[in-house]
Amino acid sequence: MSDQAIITAAISILLLPLLSYALTFFFGRMLPRKGDFIGVTLMGVALVQALRIFIAFWQVGDPTHRVEKAFTWLDLGGFRLDAGILVDGMTSVMLMVVCIVSFLVHLYSTGYMHGDRRYERFFAFLGFFTFSMIGIVLANNLFFLYVFWELVGLSSYLLIGFFFHKHSAANANKKAFLTNRVGDWGFWLGILAFFTATGTLNYFELFAEVHAGAIKGPLLAWAGVGLFMGCVGKSAQMPLHIWLPDAMEGPTPVSALIHAATMVAAGVYMVARLAPLFGPDAMLVILYVGAVTAFITATIALVKTDIKRVLAFSTLSQLGYMVMSLGAGDPVNAMYHLTTHAMFKALLFLGAGSVIHAVHSQEMPDMGGLRKKMPITFVTFLIATLAISGVPLLSGFYSKDGILGSVLAFGMLEGHYLPFILGITAAALTPFYMFRIVFLTFFGQPRDHHKFDHAHESGRAMTIPLIVLAVMSVIAAGIPGNTADKSWFRKFAVAYDVPAIAAQYQAQKAPVSVVAHQEDVHGDVAHEHGEAGHGEAIHGEAAPDHDGHAMPAAHDGHAGAHVETHAAHGHDDHVAHVHHTAHVRAMIMSIFVATLGITASWWTYHRRRVNPAAIQARLPFAHKVLQGQYFFDELYAATVYRFTLWWAAVCAAFDRIVIDGIVNGTGYVTRMVSWVSSLCDRYIVDGAVNGVAAVLQGAGEGFRRVQTGRIQTYLVYVSASVLVLILIYRVL
Amino acid sequence: MGEHILSWMTFFPVIGAAVIAFIPGGRKSVIKTVAAAAAAVPLILAVQLYLQFDRGSSGLQFVEHHSWIKSFNIEYFMAVDGLSMPMMLLTALLSFLCIFASWNIEKATKGYFAMFLILEAGMFGVFCALDFFLFYVFWEVMLLPMYFLIGIWGGPRREYAAIKFFLYTLAGSVLMLLAMIAFYLNTSDPVTGGHTFNMVHMFDQNNHSPWLQVTNVRHLLWMALFIGFAIKVPVFPFHTWLPDAHVEAPTAVSVILAGVLLKMGTYGLLRISYPMLPDQAMWFRYALATLGAINILYGAYCAMAQKDMKKLVAYSSVSHMGYVLLGMAAMNSAGMNGAVLQMFNHGTITAMMFLCVGVVYDRAHTREINGFGGLGLQMPRYFSFFSFALFAALGLPGLSGFVSEAMIFMGAFPAFRTITIISALGIIIGAAYVLWMLQRVFLGPKNDKWDNLPDINAREMLTLVPIGILVLLLGVYPMPVLDLMKVTLNNLVKVVAG
Repeated sequence: MSDQAIITAAISILLLPLLSYALTFFFGRMLPRKGDFIGVTLMGVALVQALRIFIAFWQVGDPTHRVEKAFTWLDLGGFRLDAGILVDGMTSVMLMVVCIVSFLVHLYSTGYMHGDRRYERFFAFLGFFTFSMIGIVLANNLFFLYVFWELVGLSSYLLIGFFFHKHSAANANKKAFLTNRVGDWGFWLGILAFFTATGTLNYFELFAEVHAGAIKGPLLAWAGVGLFMGCVGKSAQMPLHIWLPDAMEGPTPVSALIHAATMVAAGVYMVARLAPLFGPDAMLVILYVGAVTAFITATIALVKTDIKRVLAFSTLSQLGYMVMSLGAGDPVNAMYHLTTHAMFKALLFLGAGSVIHAVHSQEMPDMGGLRKKMPITFVTFLIATLAISGVPLLSGFYSKDGILGSVLAFGMLEGHYLPFILGITAAALTPFYMFRIVFLTFFGQPRDHHKFDHAHESGRAMTIPLIVLAVMSVIAAGIPGNTADKSWFRKFAVAYDVPAIAAQYQAQKAPVSVVAHQEDVHGDVAHEHGEAGHGEAIHGEAAPDHDGHAMPAAHDGHAGAHVETHAAHGHDDHVAHVHHTAHVRAMIMSIFVATLGITASWWTYHRRRVNPAAIQARLPFAHKVLQGQYFFDELYAATVYRFTLWWAAVCAAFDRIVIDGIVNGTGYVTRMVSWVSSLCDRYIVDGAVNGVAAVLQGAGEGFRRVQTGRIQTYLVYVSASVLVLILIYRVL
Repeated sequence: MGEHILSWMTFFPVIGAAVIAFIPGGRKSVIKTVAAAAAAVPLILAVQLYLQFDRGSSGLQFVEHHSWIKSFNIEYFMAVDGLSMPMMLLTALLSFLCIFASWNIEKATKGYFAMFLILEAGMFGVFCALDFFLFYVFWEVMLLPMYFLIGIWGGPRREYAAIKFFLYTLAGSVLMLLAMIAFYLNTSDPVTGGHTFNMVHMFDQNNHSPWLQVTNVRHLLWMALFIGFAIKVPVFPFHTWLPDAHVEAPTAVSVILAGVLLKMGTYGLLRISYPMLPDQAMWFRYALATLGAINILYGAYCAMAQKDMKKLVAYSSVSHMGYVLLGMAAMNSAGMNGAVLQMFNHGTITAMMFLCVGVVYDRAHTREINGFGGLGLQMPRYFSFFSFALFAALGLPGLSGFVSEAMIFMGAFPAFRTITIISALGIIIGAAYVLWMLQRVFLGPKNDKWDNLPDINAREMLTLVPIGILVLLLGVYPMPVLDLMKVTLNNLVKVVAG
C-alpha cells in the first residue's frame, strides 16, 4: 500500500462513522429499521479499511515506520495550527481495535436496543463516538488530539445519558463530563506548556524539541503531569475514577464500546503515543497512580453485586495496569494490554448485556444457573474470564505478565517495589472476582425462578459478536502455543527512535540539508523509516542499533521508546539482564496468583466451603469501606461539590448585595442628594428669593402707607428725618 | 450603492423606521414586513462587504470621508477594517434574525420595530465611524432606542432595568466625552494644524500636543476611556446592569444587547484606547488580564447560582467576555485574534441561547430553572437546539466558541502564566453551570405540568438554524472570519507591543 493510499484509507475510516452519524441522525426515522443497517454497513467498510492498513504495516514490520500528512488549519501569519493525520504501527493496531469493537457493538445493538424509542439516535451517537475516537487515534498533534478528546467526552455524555429520563442517568452523564473536564483542565495546561516552550504541537517535532532540551526541569515535570491529568480523567484513574462506575447507567453496548474497550483506553494511548514527553518525575507519578488504581478498584470489585459494576471496577483495575506499565517506562506492554483487554472486556460486557437482556436484571443475586439456558453466552463469557484472569495461552496472560515483569524490573532497578506488590495482589484478586461472576451467574441453582424461566439465549445479532470476540480474546496476543508468534505486537510496538527524529527535525530546520530532504518538507508524507541511518550520520550520535536491541525487545517488548536513557551499552546489558530476571519471576508469580484466585473463587462460590457472608460479618468495617467504594463520592460531595455550590452562592449574593448594593446605593444617594438639594432649593434658595420678595413687598406695603398724600404728614416725616440725620451726625 | 455601502447599511434601517412611522399602527403584518425588508438590505450589503473586503490590507476600506461641522472640524468619516468587519457582519445578521424573533410583539408594534431599526442604525454607525465625534453620536443614538425597548416592552421590573442601563451607560459616556474633548483639543491635524476629531490623526502619536504626552495625563485618559468602555463590556465590578437589563428585556432585545452591544465595549478599547494610548495599554495589561480572569470565574460562579434561565445566560456573558479581555491583554497575535473572534463567536452563541430561552418563556411564561424537568422528552427538537447552544457555550471543540477560547489561552499562557492557569478553571465551572441547567430543565422524568408545551416551531427554527450553521462552520474551519481580521490585528499588536 502506498503512503497516499494509507492516508486515504485512514481518512475514510475517520469519515465513515461521521457519515453514519449524519445519515442516521437526520434521516434515520424515515428509513426502514430506522437506518440501523447504515451504521453496521459503514462500520464494516471502515473495518475492512483498517484491516488493509493493518496488513500494510504488518508487511513493513517496523514500528518506527510512519506516514504523516498535515495541512494548515489556522494561519494568522506567525501563529499556525495544523490538522494532520499520523499513521504508524501503533495507530494501525488502535484502528483495528476501535473498528472491530465498534462494528461488533453496532451489530450487537441491533438486537440489544431493538424497540427502543430513540433507536436511531442510539446508532447516530455510536457513529459520532466512533468518529471522535478514530480522530484521537489518527491525530498528529496535541491540538487535534484535544479536539477529539473532548468530542469523545461529548459522545460519552450523550450515551451515558441515553436513558436521560432516569435521574440516575442524568446525574451520571453530568458527573462523567465534569470529572473529565477536571482532567482536561490539566491536559490543556500541559498542552499550553509544551506549546509555549517549543512552539509546536506536532508530536514528532515536540519529541525533537524536548530531546534538544527546549523544555526541562520542573516545567517538563509539571507539563508531563498536566498531560497525564488528561489520562487520569479519561482513563478514570485515581482520584478521578469516580465517574466510570456511574457511567454504567448507559446502555450495555455503550459500556462495552466506550467504557471498557476504547474511550477509557484513550488516556493510555495518549501517554503511550507521547511517551518521549514524560520526564522521570512525571513517570513516577504515573506509575504510582496506576498501581494504586489497579489495587483499590480490584478490592471494590470483590463485594459489588451488580454485574456491570463489577465489570466496571474490573475495567478500572485493568486500566490501572496499563497506566502502571506506562509509568514503569514500558508503553509497549501498556498498548499490548490495551489491545487484549479491549477484546475480552468488550466480550465480558456484551456477555453481561446478553444476560441482562435475558433476565432483565443486573443484580447477580437474581441470576444463577444460566449456563444451560444460554450456552453461547456462557462459553464466551468463560473464555473472556479466563483471559482476564491471566490463564496461560490466552491473550490476557501475555500482556498482563509483560506489565508485571516491567513493573518488577523497574522496582529492581529503581527500588520502587510497592507498585509491583499492589499489581500482583490485584492480579490475585482479578480471577477471584471474575470467577465470582461466572459462578454466581451461570452455575448453581437459579435464585429467581420467574426470571430464570423467561431467560433464553440471545439472537444471532448478539451471539455472533460474542463468538468473534471470544476468538479474538484467545488469539489477540498471538496464536496460543506458538511462542514465536506471541510477540507479533513487536512489529507495531510504541517505538520512537528519538535521536533520529531529532536529527531529522534539525536537518529539516537547517537550510543546508533542504536539498537532501526535499521530499520531507513539513506537511508532506514523511518517511521516518529508512532515514534513521541518515539522521545518525548527521547527528553523529549513536542511534540505537535495531537488531542489537531486538533481543530484549523480543522478550519484554521494550523497543525504542526509552532507548536514549539506556544509551550506554554496558548499562543496557545490565538492564536487559534485570528485565529478563524480572519477567521470569513475574511470570511464575502471576501464574501462581491466577491459580490461587481461581481456586479460591471456586472454593467459595461454587463449592461454597467458605461463606462470604460470614467473612462480611466478621469484617464489617472493611466491607463497609469496600461497598462504599472507599467513600470517594462522599468525600467529594462533602468538599468539592459543597464548596463549589457554596462559593457560587456567595458570589451571587455578593453580586446582589454588595456590588448591586453599591450601584443602587449610588442611585439612592444621588436621589437623596437631589431631594436634599430640592429642599434647599425650596426652603433656602427659594426661601431667600421669596424672602427678598417678601421683604420688598412688605417694604412696599409700608411705604405705601407712608404715602398719604397730605402735606402735613410729609412735613412731619421730613422734620423727623432731619432730626434723625442730625442725631446720627452728632453721634458719629 | 457601491461607493456608499457603509452609509447605506447604516441609514437604510432609518429609512425603514421612517416608513414604519407612516403606516397605521393596526397594520401589524405590514409593519413587520417593512421592518424585515429594512433589515434585509443591510444584511445583503454585509454579504457584499464580506465578498469585496480586501483581506490582505490592514488599512481602512470602503472609506467615506466628508466634512460635516466645519467650525469644529467634525467629519463624516466612515470606514471599515479587519476589526470592524466581523462586528458589521454580526450586527447585520443578528438584527435581521431578531426581526423574526420579535414577530409576536403585540404591544405597540409600530413603535417597537421603529425603535429596533434605529438601534440597528446606531450599531452600524458605532462600528464604522472613524471620527470620534461621529462615533460618540452613534454611541448615544443607540442608547435611546435601547432604553425604550427595555422600558416599554420589557418584563415586570422593566423601568428599573431600563433606567439602570441608561444611567450606567450614560455615566460611561460622560467619561468618554471628557476624554474625547481632551483628545480633540490636543490633537492637531497634520495638514491644517487645527484641532481634529479624526481618529486616524489621533492614532498618530506625533499629532499629540505636549500635554497629551505627559504620562499621568495619559493614565488619566486611559482610565476615563477604560471605565467608559468597561461599563459596556461589562467588566467586573461594573456589570450589574447586565443581568437586570437581560431579565427584563424582550428576547430579541436581549439577543442584540448581548450579541452586539457588549462587543462595543471591547471594540472601543481596541479601536480607540489601544491605538491612541498604546503605552498605557501595555501598562494596563496585567490589570486587564486580572479583570478578565475575575470576569471569567466570577461570572461563571454567579451563573451557577442563578435560578432564572435568562439570568444564568446573562452571567455567562460576563464570563465569556472575560475571555475577550484576557486575549486582548496578551498583546500577541493569537490572543488578539482570539479575542476578536471570541467577540464574534460569543455574539452568535449567546444569541442562540437567548433565543432558546425565549422559546420556552413564550410557552411556559416562566424561566425558573427548577420549575422544569424532563423537557427533553416533551420538546425533543427544542432540546437538540438548546443543547447545541449550550455545548457551544461550554467550549466544545467543533463549535466556534472553542476555537476562540483556545486561541486566547494559547496567547495568554506565554504572557501571564498564573492568571491563565486560574482562568482555565473557567472551562470546568463553565461546563458545570451549563450541564447542571441542562439537566434540571431537560433531563429527568417528564413533568406533567408541561404536558401541553408544543415543540419549537418553524419561525423559531428559522432564527436559530442560520446561527447554528455559522457556529458549526466556524468551529470546524474558523479561517473565513480570521482572514478578515488577522492583518489588521497583527498590525495592532505591532503598534501596541512594538
